[in-house]
Amino acid sequence: MRLRAGPLVRHGVLMSAVLITLLPIVFTAFTSFKFRRDIISGRFFDFERTLVNYERLFEGSRAVFGQLTVNSLIAGIGSTLLVLFIASLGAYTLSRFRWPKRVSALILGWLLFVYMLPPITFAGPFYLIARQIGLFDTPAVLVIAHSVLTLPFAVWLLQSFFAEIPRELEEAASLDGCSRAGTFWRVALPITLPGLYATAILTFVFSWKDFLFALVLTSTPRGGTIPIGIASFVQEWDLRYGEMAAATMLAAIPAIILVLFAQRHIIKGMTMGAVKG
Amino acid sequence: MGRLLNEHFPLIAIAPLVVALLVLTLYPAVQLVRMAFSDVGLVSGGTTWTFVGLDHLRTLIGDRVARIAFTNTLIFTVVVVPIEAVLGLLLAYLVNQTRTLGTFYKTVFIVPLLLPPIAIGALWRLMLDYNYGVVNQALLAFGIGGPPWLASPSLALPMVMLVDVWHWTSFMFLIFLAGVSSIPIELGEAAEVDGASPWQVFRDVVLPILKPTIVVALMMRTILAFKVFDVPYLLTGGGPGTATEMINIYIEKVFFQQFRVGYGGMLTLLTALILSTFVIVYQQLSRRVEAEA
Repeated sequence: MRLRAGPLVRHGVLMSAVLITLLPIVFTAFTSFKFRRDIISGRFFDFERTLVNYERLFEGSRAVFGQLTVNSLIAGIGSTLLVLFIASLGAYTLSRFRWPKRVSALILGWLLFVYMLPPITFAGPFYLIARQIGLFDTPAVLVIAHSVLTLPFAVWLLQSFFAEIPRELEEAASLDGCSRAGTFWRVALPITLPGLYATAILTFVFSWKDFLFALVLTSTPRGGTIPIGIASFVQEWDLRYGEMAAATMLAAIPAIILVLFAQRHIIKGMTMGAVKG
Repeated sequence: MGRLLNEHFPLIAIAPLVVALLVLTLYPAVQLVRMAFSDVGLVSGGTTWTFVGLDHLRTLIGDRVARIAFTNTLIFTVVVVPIEAVLGLLLAYLVNQTRTLGTFYKTVFIVPLLLPPIAIGALWRLMLDYNYGVVNQALLAFGIGGPPWLASPSLALPMVMLVDVWHWTSFMFLIFLAGVSSIPIELGEAAEVDGASPWQVFRDVVLPILKPTIVVALMMRTILAFKVFDVPYLLTGGGPGTATEMINIYIEKVFFQQFRVGYGGMLTLLTALILSTFVIVYQQLSRRVEAEA
């Protein structure tokens, strides 16, 4: 078999890819634990460790990252709950009840269309609406904007999970005297739990990753999120490397947690979403 | 009450979705079209609208920066998408063949997709910094003075592309992994027994099966590449000059820094139209590929 040299080459290529993927993150993690003098003198490994960069993000009169983190969490959790509520009900009815073909095609087609559009399409109108209804520069406006951003994805994803439920199960429930709402709540939702996990995780990640809507719909730390804080470092004349690295690591925390504990859900959700969407 | 809920459950359950779509997507879309043909003044607590017809379209035709932004976005897309597809396919193919460490590789390769793009911009902004970035400091150790990666007109766009490849290859990897893992291993083994080389197996057995997946992946990624905003915003802000100006970055400037709301609306509308055309072509194409498969 000529393929015997294969595994070595294969793992060589894959390990190089692993290194290329992880090195920028590792370097930035190191930078976040360095004093400025070690950053400037280019000490890669033999530096004195410090938490001063992280302390500066959260402590002191000019520190805004406490507020920004709270806002990021409000936007993420709020939009996740809102999207789960709207999308699970919507996806369930669309996949379970007989709608006139035109109605379901119209809704699903419009969702797909919205999903394809660049988010900036909504930035301008949202800005005007947010000013009008007095929600400009609040975390609440981000809850709404992020929900719109992820709703199409969530409906498509959940619909494909609901479609996998055997019909006999629901018929049995209704024979046992279960109402339609009860069937949804006590039969359909529990079976679709993996789908709900995947949807929740990805909705939260989308919200956590968003920069554009936060940039456009907020203007102060009152409503801003972590990405806004990171971007504001670049606008300063004197780049605060250590703090910027620390803020970047702060933004990466959910990614690290999720990849360690929910890798399977993410891969399944993303693959289904990408291929179907 | 309970009976009413039961009878009308489908309608009640779909209501939140329909209301959300009408209020939060259809209404803004109508507003956007209105904007594109109006001058919108921002006054305290509201807006003033004046219909101006096709004025903004005329401005657009004479706008040199807009043309550069469209061209840059196009070049960017045409370069990064194929590179990411080839790398993603290679990694997916190799990961699918390994039994050991498979989960480890998968876990690592999806990390870039979970990071906020602004954080990815920051990672690379720090690494590529002219004075204190790790890249130039490493080069200096070999006696080489590194260039200002992000401030040089000729290097800035390639750097933005490089970071994009780092970021989005993982997306291609995920899609192709699903495609590759659905191919029965026996197919390749049978071909090997017949004396085919690994490359021939890949070219003659794997690639043809993957054709529909490849079309979907390329189209999806092209649509996403058109949305590029966060990473160049942080790395270069569209500069130096207009070297890395992208459609979305330019729209943001017109809209929220120059407050030309009407003109921003026209630019956005045009971008949306281009993408919609692309999506329609894509759907036709994927339908044809599915019919073939």
